[in-house]
Parts: sequence; C-alpha cells; structure tokens
Amino acid sequence: MTRYIFSRLLQMIPPLIGLTLILFVLLRIGGDPVAHLVRPEATQDEIAQVRAAYGFDQPLYKQYFRQLGLILRGDFGDSFRFRTAAMPLVLERLPATLELALASMIVALIIAIPAGILAAVYQNTPIDLFVTTGSTLGRAMPNFWIGIMLILIFSVQLRWLPVSGRLEPFSIVLPAITLGSGIATALARVLRSSMLEVMRQEYMTTAKAKGVGKWTILIRHGVRNALIPFITMLGLQVAWLLGGSVIVEEVFAWPGLGRLLLNAVLVRDLAVVQAGVFVFGFVVMAANLLVDISYAFLDPRIRYR
Amino acid sequence: MLGAILVTLAVVTAVFAPVLAPHDPTELNLGSRLLPPFWYSEANPSYLLGTDQLGRDVLSRLMYGSRVSLIVGICGVAISVVIGVALGLVSGYVGGATDAIISRVLDTFMAIPFILLALAVVGVLGPRHGSGLITLITVLGVTGWVTFARVIRGESLSVKRREFVDSARSIGQTDLQIILRHILPNIVASVIVLATLQIATVIIAESSLSFLGLGVQPPTVTWGLMLSEGRDHLATSWWLATLPGLAITLTVLGVILLGDWLRDILDPRQQT
Repeated sequence: MTRYIFSRLLQMIPPLIGLTLILFVLLRIGGDPVAHLVRPEATQDEIAQVRAAYGFDQPLYKQYFRQLGLILRGDFGDSFRFRTAAMPLVLERLPATLELALASMIVALIIAIPAGILAAVYQNTPIDLFVTTGSTLGRAMPNFWIGIMLILIFSVQLRWLPVSGRLEPFSIVLPAITLGSGIATALARVLRSSMLEVMRQEYMTTAKAKGVGKWTILIRHGVRNALIPFITMLGLQVAWLLGGSVIVEEVFAWPGLGRLLLNAVLVRDLAVVQAGVFVFGFVVMAANLLVDISYAFLDPRIRYR
Repeated sequence: MLGAILVTLAVVTAVFAPVLAPHDPTELNLGSRLLPPFWYSEANPSYLLGTDQLGRDVLSRLMYGSRVSLIVGICGVAISVVIGVALGLVSGYVGGATDAIISRVLDTFMAIPFILLALAVVGVLGPRHGSGLITLITVLGVTGWVTFARVIRGESLSVKRREFVDSARSIGQTDLQIILRHILPNIVASVIVLATLQIATVIIAESSLSFLGLGVQPPTVTWGLMLSEGRDHLATSWWLATLPGLAITLTVLGVILLGDWLRDILDPRQQT
C-alpha cells in the first residue's frame, strides 16, 4: 500500500512541471513581461535595468529555470494591486473556496446517490424517467443561471436565504446547491449505469438465491461494486467544481479564490493569476491522488497491480 | 428528435436574425424601459418579450445572441478537433516516447479546469481587439482540445492493433497513409459525437465568460452579457435574467440531445 501511494506521488511530478511550463508560456504570450513591472513613463535605461534585475535579458530556458526555482519556493512575485506577495493572498482565500467545494460535494452526494440507485432499481419507471430527464436538463443549465434563479426564488421572492457574502451560516446554502447540483447530474448518471451493470452480475443472483433481502443485496453487494466508476467520476468532477467556483463565487459574492482570481484577471494582476492557477491545478492533482488511493482501499485488486 | 428541433430552431434564428428580429437589438428607447413580456397587462405588443433597462427589445437581442453562441461553439470546437485529433492520433499510433510526452501534457491540462485556463489566457491577453470574438474562439478552441486527444489516443491505440492495419503495412503503405486511410475513418464516428457534445460545453463556457465580462464585448449581443445585466434588475424585472438563461439552456439541451442521439446510432459502444 505504501509503495502504491509512493509511486502515485511520483506520478504527480510530471504534470506539476507541466503546470509550471504552462504558467511560463502564459506569461510570455501576454507580451513583454517587463511592461507590467515598470511605470508607463519609464525611460529606456530604467526598462533595461528592470529587465536585467528580473533576468528577462537571459535566454528563455534560463528564464524558465529561474522561474521554476522561484515557484518551488512559493514565490510568484508581488501583486501590483495589493502590493504584497501573491501567494499568501491566494492561500488566504483558499479555505473559503475549499469550504464551498466541500459543501457542494455533500449536496451533490445527497442528491446523486439516492437518485442514481433509485433510477437503476426502478429502471424504465416514472422514477427513472424523472432522474434521467432531470440529469439531462441539469447538464444543459449554466451554473450562473441556476444561481441567479435560486437568488430570484429564495432571496428576492421568498426572502428565506441571504443573497450573497459569507457572513451568516446560511450564506453557503445557495452557492453550494448551485455548484453541487451541477455535478450531481453527472454523478447520478454514472451511478445509475454502473448500478444497472452490477445488477446483471451473477453474484447478485446468488445473493438473491440465498434469500438475502432486496435492499441488503443492493447496498452490500450492489452499491459497493458500483462505487469505482462513481468515484472516478467524482475525481473528474473536482476540476469542474473548482472551475465552476470562479463563476458561482462571483454570482454570490463568496470571498474565495475564484473571485480573487477573476478580479486579478480583470485588472491583469498577473502574479495573482499565476499563483491562483497554480494552486487550483495543485488542488485538482491532489484530489485525483486521493481518488486513486481510495480505489486501492475499495478494491484490493488495484493494490497488487 | 427534440434535440434536432431545438438545434434547427437555434440555427435558423441565428442565420435569419436580421430578418426575424422585430427591432434593432442595439436600438435604445429610453421612453419604454423595462417593459414586461406579453403576458402582463402593461406590456407593449410591439415588444413581445419586453425591453431591458435601456429600452432595447429583449426578443431581438435573444435572436442576435444566438449568433455569438453558435459561432463560438462551432468554430471553437473546430480548432479543438484539429489539435486534439492530430495529437491523439500521433500519440496512439506512434507510441513510445512521443506518446509518453503527449500523455504527460494531457495529464497537465486535465488538472487545470477548462474554464479557468480560458479565463487565465483571456486575462493575460488583456486588451481585446475588436469585439473579442476571435480571441474568444481561439482561447476556447486551444484550451478545449484535451477531451479529443484523450479519447482519440485510446481509439487509435485499439484500431492500430487490428488486422487491416497489418495488411496495409505489408503491402507497403507508409505510416501517414495508414493513419489517414485506415485509422482516421474508424474514429470519425467518435469525433463527431465528441465534437457535438463539446459544442455544448463551449457554448456554456462562452456564456460564462461573457457573463463575467471577459467574453465578447458590447455592443455585440451575447446571452451571457444579457444575463449579467439582467441580474441588477432581479427584484423588479425578473425576466431579464431568466429569458437569456432559458435560451442558453434550450440551445445546449438541443445540442446534448443531438449528441446523445448521434452516439446511439454511430457509436453504440460508448453508451452510458
């Protein structure tokens, strides 16, 4: 098990290096990086000085390794908007985003697990039709629209829940439902089809022949075996969840990393953009690592591969 | 069937918007601001779906908005298909070190949420040229290739082991000929299905970026921008934010249903 986790950790290195390369290219396609560091009225001499000070007069590969070294130390430069280092700014906002992501994940599981199982058990009944139709509709609805419609119904019309911010405990309800419902549709769909697959297996018939109750069979033998594809999907949805958080945080004025990043993009605060993208990428990779490790716990066959 | 109807409706509206729209979508009419849709008694019959905060006709704006969504969706995906299919084919067919490198690149791109990467690229590119349409198409096209490369790599890996590829090689065909004549035709079905579903993703991404103010710039009309403007009038004119969202949902729903239907007839193996 330890060996499996270790080898999986090593596999994280190439994409992390890839991520730093993408950031390097990203900064360069925006034009001369020195232009963002000097005052608009700077003289040629001043520009040359800054260029040399940041190593931008060196060959590209040297510039890359210089930047890689800085990134390894967590140094993404200073935010010109906040006049402090970019990385602490990003990390300060990360908990709010993770809190929202976790709450959304819980909402998604509460919806998707019963929906997926019921749709499979009652295949081709009105319940199944309801779940599959809802899931297709959910795929088609942009999450910012779901968010605004929830605000319209629950905050503006019914006045049950706060519109935005993160000051009251109930503030998280609407953003979590918005973000969670989006992944719930994908999760319910996967769970439904893997349950259908599992229910055709012979061990299900064997269990039934032994006289085990219907729901006991479904939970103990069915759901457990249907979990692998479900968890794969859950892992894939982490990237989607964090991408969606940029939009949902903006809709609900949730003070997280997504909103910080969006504002940084709007004013071209490149240090914060880079640090934010790096942290988002890192979180997705870490989540995928957790997914892979949980496979090994769920399915002993994977550990010995 | 429903999918085909919705998609046809969206395409017809987009193509014939200048003929169909009752008003100029950018025409201001400050005397008739925030008029409600036709089912309210105070509605004005010449503005069927009401007007926005500047007195512009909502129906006409919705019609013109479909143009941006469809153009960005189709052109963006076309770019992704070219990049993704080329890399996927090479990766799967050539194998070895090439495959290893392309696969690592894929892993990296998989770790960055699509919309986030698009956001970062738009942010770095900064001041937009013209309406921003070309920038948006390029960004969404260049960032959306990952799905294609991943699936096509897998498909070409399995097709390449089939007997007809061996026979083609034994009669002296070059690698390029084999890829173009024998592998590509076998994966076209998957590409069509994936491309259709990716159009749905890109339409949502486009409307998201426009909603955030990073997409196509005014005076060009987009659904995302209409939604973002309508948000400020939720308490008084709820339809301003509701109708563009409905337009996006119906269009995307049509594309998804069409994609699912295509998958059922072209590629039964991939059914979920």
